[in-house]
Order: sequence, then C-alpha cells, then structure tokens
Amino acid sequence: MDPFSNIDLGIADWADGIKQWAAANRGTIQPLKLFLNDSINSVESVLQAVSPVVMIVLLTLLAWQLSGRRVAIIVCVALVALGLLDPGAWALAMTTLAIVLFSVAMCVIIGFPLGVLAAKSNRFEGAVRPVLDTMQTIPAFVYLVPVVMLVGIGNVSGVIVTVVFAVPPLIRLTSLGIRQVNQSVVEAARAFGASPSQIMFKVELPLAIPTIMAGVNQTIMLSLSMVVIASMIAVKGLGNEVLRAMGRLDAGKAIVGGLGIVILAVVLDRITQGVTRSGRERGYRHWWQGGPTGLILSIFNAGKRTKQQGETGQRQQTQPRNVKQEGQDGE
Amino acid sequence: MSSEAVRHDAEPVIECRKLWKIFGNDANRAMDAIRSEGFNKEDVLKQFGCVIGVRDVSFSVGEGEIFCVMGLSGSGKSTLIRHLNRLVEPTAGEVWIEGENIGTLSPSGLRELRASRMGMVFQNMALMPHRTVRENVAFSLEVRRHDRKTRLGVADEAIEIVELSGWGDRYPDELSGGMQQRVGLARAIAADPHFLLMDEPFSALDPLIRRQLQDQFLKLAKDMKKTTLFITHDLDEAIRIGDRIAIMREGMLVQVGTPEQIVMEPNDSYVADFVAGISKLHLVTAARIMEPVADYETRNGPLDRSDLLGARADDTLDRLAELSIDTDAPLIIEEDGKHIGVVTKKALIRGIQGRLHDTAGDSA
Repeated sequence: MDPFSNIDLGIADWADGIKQWAAANRGTIQPLKLFLNDSINSVESVLQAVSPVVMIVLLTLLAWQLSGRRVAIIVCVALVALGLLDPGAWALAMTTLAIVLFSVAMCVIIGFPLGVLAAKSNRFEGAVRPVLDTMQTIPAFVYLVPVVMLVGIGNVSGVIVTVVFAVPPLIRLTSLGIRQVNQSVVEAARAFGASPSQIMFKVELPLAIPTIMAGVNQTIMLSLSMVVIASMIAVKGLGNEVLRAMGRLDAGKAIVGGLGIVILAVVLDRITQGVTRSGRERGYRHWWQGGPTGLILSIFNAGKRTKQQGETGQRQQTQPRNVKQEGQDGE
Repeated sequence: MSSEAVRHDAEPVIECRKLWKIFGNDANRAMDAIRSEGFNKEDVLKQFGCVIGVRDVSFSVGEGEIFCVMGLSGSGKSTLIRHLNRLVEPTAGEVWIEGENIGTLSPSGLRELRASRMGMVFQNMALMPHRTVRENVAFSLEVRRHDRKTRLGVADEAIEIVELSGWGDRYPDELSGGMQQRVGLARAIAADPHFLLMDEPFSALDPLIRRQLQDQFLKLAKDMKKTTLFITHDLDEAIRIGDRIAIMREGMLVQVGTPEQIVMEPNDSYVADFVAGISKLHLVTAARIMEPVADYETRNGPLDRSDLLGARADDTLDRLAELSIDTDAPLIIEEDGKHIGVVTKKALIRGIQGRLHDTAGDSA
C-alpha cells in the first residue's frame, strides 16, 4: 500500500557518511579547530579577567556613548542584577558572553560579504534564499550530530551551530539594506564619476548601515537563544546551568541560568539597537558630541570658552535649532 | 535671452548623431527590424517587447549655449540627457563631446569625463542624506581623490556662488527644497565642468522658488559660460532659459529653434498646441511683425514720418504696445538712423495674438 516503503534513496546513509569523511580528514580539521578554540578561550579569559565592577562601568559608558543615557541606566541596572542573581552567575555570564561575541564576530565575517554579494547579484540572492530558510527552520538537533562528528564536542562546535542558526538575518538584512538605497542617489554618484567601489563604500554601505545593524542585532539575539542547545555539546556558561538544572529538576538553578540569559539579551539588544539610530536623531551632529565623550569635550571646551569670553560660543549654540522653519529661499 | 546671445552658430561641443535608445532584452534585434523592415513603435512592442526611448535624435550644441529640450513626461528627454554622460548607453548612434566619441571611452576615461567635465543636476536633487552640504558639493572632487582641504575649499566657493554660505555643515534634510536644489547646482559646478546637464532641475519646486532659481541659474550661466543641456516639461521655463529649444515627442525631436521661432513658426499642430498659450509679449520683436515702409506706402499713400513714434527692431511687442498707447498712427522702426519698417496697430495686435500671417494686406 505504502509506495515509499520499498524505496530507499540512501539519504540517511549519505548523511551518515560524514562520519567516515570526518575521520578520514581529521588532519585538516584539527588545526583549524584548535585555532578557533584558542581564540574563543582568549576572548573568554579577557572577559573573566576584568573585575565585574570595571566591566559594569565600561559597558555602561559604552551604552551611554552608543545609545544614550536612558539605555546606559538600563544596562547598568541589568548588569548589577546579573551579579546579584547568584554568586557564580557573573562568571557564567562572561563565559556565555565570550561564546556569543565570538559567534557574532564569525557571523559578521561570513554574513556581511555574502549579504553584499546577494545585494549585487539577483542570481546569488535567489540561490541563497532557500539555504537561509533551511538554516533558520531546520531543528538544531539535526546538524548538532554531524557537527560534533566533524569537530567533536566543545566551544568550536558550539560556535558553528550558533553561526548556522544566527547568520541568516544578517545576510538578508545586509542585502535588503543595500537594495533599499535610493537609486537616484546612486545614479548621482555615478554621474559625478564614482567608480563601483566608491559607490559601494561612499554611498551604498553608509546608507545601508541602519538596516545592517538591525541584522547584527537579530544575529546577537539568535546567538543567545542558541546557548542552551549549544550546552548539549559541552559549551559551558549560563546555558549549561539551565541544562543541568533540567536534568536535576532544580528550579532555582534553572531560573538563575534563564534570567542570566535574558539579562544578557537585554543588555546586548539595547546597546546594539541604539547604534542603528544616528546621533542626529538624538539631537547632536557627530557621535563624539554625545555620551561620555561629549560630556568630557564640553567640559574641556567650557574651560576654553571662559577664557575667550562667550559671545561667539553663544551664537553657535542658539543657531542650530529648527533651521527648517527658519530657512528660506527668498533673498 | 535669445536676442542678446545668439551663440548656437559657435563651434559645436556636444553632438548627438542619429541616437537611438531601445529598452528591452531584444533591443538590438528590434533595432535591426526598425532599420530593415521599418517597424514602428507598436510593432516593436508587440514583436520584441521593447520600448523606444530615443528615436533617431541628432542635434548639436555650441560652446556656451543653453540648449533646452522640452517635452512631456515619457517623451524620452530624461533618457536623452543621460546619453551625454553614458548613464544610459545608446542602442545606436554616437555622442561626441568636444570632438571625442564618448562611446569609445574607457571606464576610467568615462569617470574622468563625468567627474571633471560634466556636472549634473537632478529633478529629485539626489543629494546624499548622510553627507553634509559641503561634503555633498565636494563629491566629484573626492571621487578624483583631491585632498580634503582642497576639495572642501572648492566646495565652499561653490556654496558661496549659490548663496548658501554658512549652510555647509548642515545636512540636506535640514534644508528646504529650493535650498537643496541650490546644493545640487553647487555640486554640479564645484569641479568647474565645461558642461551642465540639467534634468528638470526646477520642476519639483513651487512656482515662486522656481522663478528665483531660474534667475539665479541664468545669472550664473551668463557669468560662467557653461554649455548647458537643460531638460524641462515647462515651455515657459524653456523660453526663459534656452538660447535654443528642442521640442521632443515620443523620442523624436519634432522641432529645434530659437524660442521666437518655436513660438511664431511651430512646425506642426503638436508644437502649435504647445505654444498656443504662451505670451508673445516678451518674445517677439518688431523685426518679425513689421512690414517694409514701401509696402505700407503703396497701400496707404505716403507716410508723414515726422509725427511717427520710432522704435528699434529688437523692441519686444510689450515695448511696442507701450509706445502705441498714445498714438493712433503706426510705429516706425529705425535702425542705424534709417527707417526700415512700419508696425501698424493691426500688425501689433495680431503679433500679440501670435497670428503673423494675417497682418499684411490691410490698411492702417
């Protein structure tokens, strides 16, 4: 009755063959794996070496610079809460942060060029789209096993699994961002003699940055959502706490791990979301005019200005507001 | 305008020779079919799915001339102007700029042409929103890798010329439409190009601002003597600005001539319809409506010239009307102290109506 019961195309066997292939090519995979592993470990050891207080101050300042004062307060409160969760929570969070940051870096290195390529070639975009759909929807457990077969358990496979899951939105949004750039502006750049690479770097990429950063933000969020699954292949950190708590039905430990992941997500999300808004939307003209550098500069300038007597300085301050209404064409 | 600057007999610096542009995948086969089998627009669309953008267009522009191409939307004028810097490649025909066939330019030669010899202004401004006014204006110099100090200095000069000094550090979205288009103009002239390509530069602006910018542009064009190809869908604008006007329709140039020629001697009913509503007052001169003194005298007997008011051959109808308010007698047209013609009231009124050929053969 079942027409498929007698047919076996050998897909499962073929996929299983990866094992043999991996065993045969151990020599080439191993050095790459070691290099990646060392890199991840060095990121982690840096994060672990910084004292929590210093780290909180640095991240708060970063948030202030990139995303404004409100976000800085949220980040500061969230990080303090992270430390208060559990005596061991901070160290676990730094381990997870190392894996996530490394994965996101890999995603950017891989995803950004592919996104640019997809923006420039309709054929490539058409070919890559079903692959991205597959990567986002196929259950992680399916590729967990082959990846472990290839590189063994540990941080490196954790990063690979995370990249597979987290890189698609970056590719999609990089392509979208570049395609969305106003074609008349691109035409103007051509009309003034810009070469294709000048058009790319001086016009298309700067205008696509907000969309690309939205892609980076999505990639970070997806990376964080993979940490529990990655912990199944021996990645340490907050995800591992959740996994172990699940095995022991330890609700307390699960909540510590889970909340830790949520807090990390909030911190990273708020900081990166702020980057997508330009400084001008927040009321100043250049990035260094806001946040902590803006504060330091304004204190520095105020010192200079009191010496010069403030007339010129005052004029500069009053002019920039509401130029649109005041600006007129009539002379 | 046309009367003071008849420059089109100067050495041609822009020449389009039998230019065709057909859009579509089968453009070359469509072109062959047009040539060998005389396919028309409908045939080409049906057989090849191709659209004809520019159709056998030839014209030349002299140095320093302002050449207006006037046509309604879809007439192919924007496509035509883009052939001059090869933003659009022709399907057939050639474009010669300063004695050079630009179809043969290498990519870098073409970029050099665009960056240093041609400045383009766009209908939708097309300023770069992430750059300040000054950085926008300096773009063509930046592309050619001039150092920052030089290019920003040059940009500031261009910004001053369009009377936007002090706005250099602003971003385009902080400026009104008219100011943005002045930035567009500054960007076009920053590299001191030989040619300006103006693609409906003032169409998106409201009438008052448009008029101001037209005046500013005319003044600028006079000072800088840039050879200009100016695209517009507004005949009034074409007449105000152009030394010569080409009327474009369905990809073809249906008439090329001075504003006066276009208005007074339309080639066909299409152009005639266009110019019907145009005021001739400032456009038509006495030279065009006067009749020889002898002709007048054979009809009406000798003219008592002592009482007549005199006018010059290049006085406009407006001026003639002003003069004849206080007299019933015809006006006498003088040149170098000689009486070269007579303008009767009837001729004047017919001239204002734009009906030249009804004037003769009547008594005053």
